[in-house]
Amino acid sequence: MWRALGLVAGLVSLAAQAQTLAPYRIEKGAIATSLTGVKGDPAKGRAIVVERQKGLCLLCHSGPFPEERFQGDLAPNLAGTGSRLSEGEIRLRMVDSTKVNEKTIMPPYYRNEGLERVAANYKAKTLLNAQEIEDVIAFLVSLKDDTQK
Amino acid sequence: MNRLLVILLVCVALPASAQDARKSGFAFMGPDTQAMQTDDLANPGMLSVLEGEALWNAKAGTSQKSCAACHGDAPQSMKGVATRYPAFDDTTQAPLDLAGRILQCRTERQGALAFQREGRELLALTSYVGHQSRNMTIAPSQDTRLAAARAQGAALYSTRVGQLNFSCAQCHDDNAGGHLGAAPIPQAHPTGYPLYRLEWQSLGSLQRRFRNCLSGMRAEPIPAGSADAIALELFLMDRAAGMKLETPAVRP
Ligand code: HEC
Ligand code: HEC
Repeated sequence: MWRALGLVAGLVSLAAQAQTLAPYRIEKGAIATSLTGVKGDPAKGRAIVVERQKGLCLLCHSGPFPEERFQGDLAPNLAGTGSRLSEGEIRLRMVDSTKVNEKTIMPPYYRNEGLERVAANYKAKTLLNAQEIEDVIAFLVSLKDDTQK
Repeated sequence: MNRLLVILLVCVALPASAQDARKSGFAFMGPDTQAMQTDDLANPGMLSVLEGEALWNAKAGTSQKSCAACHGDAPQSMKGVATRYPAFDDTTQAPLDLAGRILQCRTERQGALAFQREGRELLALTSYVGHQSRNMTIAPSQDTRLAAARAQGAALYSTRVGQLNFSCAQCHDDNAGGHLGAAPIPQAHPTGYPLYRLEWQSLGSLQRRFRNCLSGMRAEPIPAGSADAIALELFLMDRAAGMKLETPAVRP
């Protein structure tokens, strides 16, 4: 196990008490491999995206969610994401968008260190867990309609 | 001659107004909420102002003196005071916000029991004093001893914090005018405090507003009256220099 970890380049270092993150490798602007090895469930992913206290996505993004009122307008419409970006590119943006755009406002969903003044009940925790990230990715990959681009 | 003057005036006026894209939170509200603020009979914050007036005139503490006993008529003596706070306090050698100054008078000069920081009485007195500067322009204190705290406030404003990794500036400078879910993002000018917020169903301080934004960011709260809170307020008041005070404002 430790050998395998050591072999992965660009590993996220683990703080002593921090939740253990699945290792990942960033290559060519993408994280090609699944964080869990378990195929994501697009239906669960959709639920996370629209859930205001969990995904928080609709605070900033709008998307093909006719039933959802009050979608934000600070970020690109999510419709057609799967046509614009590869699965690996989406994974990198979900894990830590600052790796794509240092100044981004999009929160890092799979990062639990290098964050300042985190409230006690969120300290050293990621916004979503690895399987939830995979579920959201599976859903976004399925958004092929590109009419909103 | 007159024509020349007009041209000159236009030249002077244009850059200034084109430059000032600053807007109070008032400008981001719907007409109903705006009307509620501007009509004193409908503005729920005016009830606190009235309560503050009563407290201003009430004897208290071991001195058995009222605020009025020392300061006289608030509409005269307190006019403009809120425009230049937070100020540097010589006793503590630290910046002090308006609520802090009122607390200091209460405990040290009136000899009365302290009010709670965010409690109803202190908010009422602060809104009464703040109200005496309504429609006056924010004119931050130029005391150089405030510079360090102001810089600390600027740093707090632009540092990413919390699990969501946001800075204040990312929302209030970069994304003001946009919508966070349903909420229009204002420019975070502290023009109306203490103010009545419909969501709170009560009067609240600027520092309570900080806590709201920070909890949304999943960041540690900044305690009211703390050096950090006053530093942030100093920075925001400076950023809003020249804008008009609205106390007590109404916000959604
Ligand atoms: C606070 C704002 C914010 C939140 C919350 C947010 N995003 Fe983003 N997102 C952005 C912005 C802004 C961009 C545009 C690129 C940039 O600035 O980094 C973006 C880009 C993206 C992209 C790339 C879009 C493209 O076409 O290039 C995807 C995919 C994405 N976000 C998905 C999500 C999902 C899914 C969630 C929730 C689980 C989410 N975002 C939450 C602000 C946000
Ligand atoms: C992710 C976005 C976001 C971040 C980050 C954020 N705010 Fe806000 N802020 C808002 C929104 C939205 C409102 C308006 C709330 C409403 O009226 O419902 C607001 C309101 C305010 C107001 C009230 C302005 C008025 O007119 O009364 C102040 C002051 C303020 N924020 C300061 C701050 C400070 C200081 C920080 C950082 C510590 C901060 N905000 C971080 C979104 C944000």
